[in-house]
Amino acid sequence: MINKFLGFEPDESKLPSKRAKIGAEIDLSSQKYQKIWLGPNHPGVTGNMAMELWVEGNTVVKAKTHVGYLHRGFEKLIERRLYVQGFPTSIRMCVAEPDTNEYLIATCTEQLSGYDKEVPEMAKWLRMLSLEMARLQGLLRGVPGQGGTFALGLGVQWGVYLRDLILDRFEELTGGRVYHMYIIPGGVRGLLPDGFKARLEDNLKEIDDFIVRIKKLMFHNAVFKKRAIGLGVITPEMVDKYGIVGTTARASGVKRDVRKDDPYLYYDQLDFDPPTDTDGDVYARTWVRWQELIQTVDLLRQIMAKMPEKGDIRANMPNVLHWRIPKGETYVRLESGRGEYGMYYVTDGSDKPRRVNLRGPSYTHGVALLEDMLVGADVADVHALMVSLQTCPPEIER
Amino acid sequence: MNEILDKIKQKYNAEDVTVQRERLAFVTVAKDLAIDAVTWLRDYEGFSHFVMMSCVDWMEEGKFQLLYLLHNPDTKIDIGVKTYIDRENPVMESAHHLWKQIWTYQRELHEAFGIDFPGSPRVDENFVLEGWDDIPHMRREFNTKEYSEKTYFPRPGRKTYDPATYMQEKLYPNQPVTAKRKDNDK
Repeated sequence: MINKFLGFEPDESKLPSKRAKIGAEIDLSSQKYQKIWLGPNHPGVTGNMAMELWVEGNTVVKAKTHVGYLHRGFEKLIERRLYVQGFPTSIRMCVAEPDTNEYLIATCTEQLSGYDKEVPEMAKWLRMLSLEMARLQGLLRGVPGQGGTFALGLGVQWGVYLRDLILDRFEELTGGRVYHMYIIPGGVRGLLPDGFKARLEDNLKEIDDFIVRIKKLMFHNAVFKKRAIGLGVITPEMVDKYGIVGTTARASGVKRDVRKDDPYLYYDQLDFDPPTDTDGDVYARTWVRWQELIQTVDLLRQIMAKMPEKGDIRANMPNVLHWRIPKGETYVRLESGRGEYGMYYVTDGSDKPRRVNLRGPSYTHGVALLEDMLVGADVADVHALMVSLQTCPPEIER
Repeated sequence: MNEILDKIKQKYNAEDVTVQRERLAFVTVAKDLAIDAVTWLRDYEGFSHFVMMSCVDWMEEGKFQLLYLLHNPDTKIDIGVKTYIDRENPVMESAHHLWKQIWTYQRELHEAFGIDFPGSPRVDENFVLEGWDDIPHMRREFNTKEYSEKTYFPRPGRKTYDPATYMQEKLYPNQPVTAKRKDNDK
């Protein structure tokens, strides 16, 4: 049959077979456990990933993370393309904060080609601005999203509205809402449009109101407190053992923030102190992220006040289609909204990279840690635990 | 930085020491000593944060390069311990007992490059590719274009352009195209 959209008949025999048998299975041999699948298509799951859970009553006794539903082979595709062609591919490795990928791949190529010292000052400030805007839009979804896992949907609706305002600013600055390709090797793509700062300041004022309201909505809510306090506790000893980073580590009292530990761009010129907590449970993680929301708004104001009005935005680099980067390797990291986000980049002197490997926080949080953390948890809390670790499957499977 | 690099050189006979940045260095040690070196860095030198494990396929030299990247939270130094293993018989000692997340990396490398880590938990389980029956997909000889042409049906009307020739045609439409077409999408 001719497909009216494609205009020809697709040969579906070459597609992977449809395997329909998925769903709850009862282990009849013991009659004690039940196996259930949570995801990959489930509104409570963070992205396209599935949890295979063995439950005894309501208690999870064993859990396995299944990823691969979104695998598009980005690392392999980048190896087969020119440096500049790999660039638009790389940003899709993390949908939640794509700007972090732009910064990493741009900085890796600059470091290995020796142009890292030539990135102009104005471009570095603009890079910081776009990275903090990306963090802000992620937190606007992440903080109320934690309430959403306990059926507190109102904050999510507020957050999505405000996130869209930040996406409006991104659209104005870069032309794209979700994927921006703003940070390019050698600098950034453009200066701020006229009146951008005033419009962003208006959005930040709205977000200031939201921060106060979300505090009352979530942190003064008896149900949220009752369910989040004491849930999914991460002790400080677990942080290094499992490779826990970012706000998840800081909520357990381990102060790790790449912006402070290994300052990049001009973060050393900004006045901020990463928030921490000591309880290490879901409530503490959400509380730390709420404080980070306040801090990100403040950082954006500091950046806008300190950045120069005009200046060069691009280093004078050779034609991107003729790049040949000498043999070398590097690792570049930054602090994303979810924690340390890094890239291992290897070049071999040809016109394409030899190896690109992303290190996302979800790789450790979403597999080894989540699987261990779910054991003993109530099946109703699985979503809350998953969201509290900010798992993002695309960066696990790349 | 120099102090720790000297110690590794002395203790593990490290070669090919490259200081990439002020606080990032890569060292190469022998395959038998790699896990020992990583354990020593963790237990005695404070490199408690395991950043990542990676593999690079040097197909032309018949080797896989494994990387264990460690970070010291106190001194903020990163050291990448590299080791080379034979590509024909890719087996490496497992390091899953050192950090909880390592078995995930080893499981991925087993699937993506075909490297075996005997004793590593769930190393034979699929990671991202369920039911994959081709050669490990991250090896250099795996041809992505050929695979997609073989596996998926063609869609008439789709065109691909070489960026160099396409840009020249757009910028200088009246001049003959001199840019050499490259087959980038092997």
